[in-house]
Amino acid sequence: MTTPGGMLLVLAVLVPFVAVMAGLVLGGRNAERVALATVAAGLVIVFEIARSLRASSEPVVYLLGGWAPPLGVALRADGLSVVMMLAVGVVIAGVAVYARGDFGTPTGVRETRASLTFWSLLMAAWGALNLVFVSGDVFTLYVALELLTFAGVPLVCLDGRSETLRAALRYLLFALLGSMVYLLGVFLLYGGYGTLDIAMLGERVGASPLTWTAAALMTAGLLAKTALFPLHLWLPPAHAGAPAAASAVLSALVIKGSWFLVVRLWLDVFPGIVTWSATQWLAGLGVAAILVGNIVALRQARLKLLIAYSTVAQIGYLFLMFPLAAGARAAHVDDTAAVTGGMLQAISHATAKAAMFMAAGLIYSTLGHDRVADLRGAGRALPMTILAFALAGASLIGLPPSGGFLAKWLLISAALSTAQWWWALAMLVGGLLTSVYVFIVVMHAMAPPDVGWAPKRTVPGYQQGAVMALALCSFLLGAVAMFPLDLPRAGRPHVAWVAP
Amino acid sequence: MNEMWLGYCAAGLIGIGLYGLIVNPQPLHKILAFNIIGTGVFLVCAVVARRGAALGMGGDPIPQALLITAIVVAFAASAVAVALLVRLFEVEGRTTLDEEDASTRTDRDGRGA
Repeated sequence: MTTPGGMLLVLAVLVPFVAVMAGLVLGGRNAERVALATVAAGLVIVFEIARSLRASSEPVVYLLGGWAPPLGVALRADGLSVVMMLAVGVVIAGVAVYARGDFGTPTGVRETRASLTFWSLLMAAWGALNLVFVSGDVFTLYVALELLTFAGVPLVCLDGRSETLRAALRYLLFALLGSMVYLLGVFLLYGGYGTLDIAMLGERVGASPLTWTAAALMTAGLLAKTALFPLHLWLPPAHAGAPAAASAVLSALVIKGSWFLVVRLWLDVFPGIVTWSATQWLAGLGVAAILVGNIVALRQARLKLLIAYSTVAQIGYLFLMFPLAAGARAAHVDDTAAVTGGMLQAISHATAKAAMFMAAGLIYSTLGHDRVADLRGAGRALPMTILAFALAGASLIGLPPSGGFLAKWLLISAALSTAQWWWALAMLVGGLLTSVYVFIVVMHAMAPPDVGWAPKRTVPGYQQGAVMALALCSFLLGAVAMFPLDLPRAGRPHVAWVAP
Repeated sequence: MNEMWLGYCAAGLIGIGLYGLIVNPQPLHKILAFNIIGTGVFLVCAVVARRGAALGMGGDPIPQALLITAIVVAFAASAVAVALLVRLFEVEGRTTLDEEDASTRTDRDGRGA
């Protein structure tokens, strides 16, 4: 049952971890070189997996040891996995290019702690994310989730200050509680149905208190890790305190790992037992996140905290796809619009938020601070970066032709076609609130500097280029509507959602 | 029949751990509470293994394998948490997750938070 190209799945997971070990062994400046080489190799692997999936209509499968489920472990990559792996690969590449400036080992020094740690953690996070996307059973997903947490938490406290250490510890405690609750759900599912494989569970689960409990536990645990309102309290200090490149990885990618798990569970394992009110509740939390996150972001004095609260809000959008997909299935129509809209929202947010955090890092280097009210002069010193920030903001607001626009278009059309107009209203209000703080930041940055002001540091051109490249990825993502690409649906069965 | 009592014990452990995690302000107490929750969850897995006993074996081997993996993962997680805590103590001289007074948090450059 191992499909040709299945070995690529193993490589996609193994190559980053081999890079971590090679970087630790070789040490010094070589950790950065190994990481950059791995970024190139990993991108090639992910593109090959995408090609392999396009060539066949079945998901790419690899059976570990040749043993089939339920006794064996399968790695499975369908359209959702491949789309996320491509997005993660592109963002990691952009962050790696940018981080050469911040975390490159300076000449004359053999090795610095921050540099070695950052490159190792970047590769570890990438490997963990790939494992999240290709895991075929819920326990491997638990292991992948923990790997992602272990890679993400030290990224928060790379500079060693006590505030970031506290933020990292708080993040770790939230994440550990979330994974313990998730694990309890996994054990209950095994106890009830005798298998952990996602495809087999999807066939076997039936509506019962055991399944509802397991679904609720797993979802709650994953919501704690995804920082959905009201479990978002750990996110702003953690993401704002981390160095810019680390914030980009945390906000853009690590959050998406646990979110992808919710998608995998609700679309593949629990579609038959998730009730209408459960999806409404989940998206209701999403709307609360959008409102609370955006409104608190408006009141922030510091740019990085503003962007972190913007992440809290954008996470809410990711959960709006669930009632829309459920509604489409209940009406026995194709749920492509909702699922593709959710995926596009995740990808455009990942690229846009990474660009925004990296732009904030460049602004901090140039101005020496990141107070929003005193950003004047940043536009004069960093024109390309401020433009990139504006483009990324446009994607978050949902202006055409950005990916955010296409995602909201798909979600709003799904909302209107399933007669759930309230989600469309929430998205529009959220877009309006987002536009307010994006405009505030850009307007302050475009103001002329004080007389005699000089930038504290000239940032290298390639860092600005990396920020611009990611922002353009997000801004031009709406162009995928022109291609008859149906990648998110590739290799996925069309499950009929039956009202319980 | 014994498994049911073990299941109740597991539920009790998880409850005690959750209470400790939420109520205790000290980070070390939170880490210990997380471990107690972990013990409860692992006990649930062991009950699942016992109830699946067949073919003359004492218990279903798959949950036992899951259990060992999960114990190792939770141990590594505790190690990371304790390492962070030790480093926080070295840097600050005290271990608390509370931030300072919000009104006095920002310095002249607006840094803090």
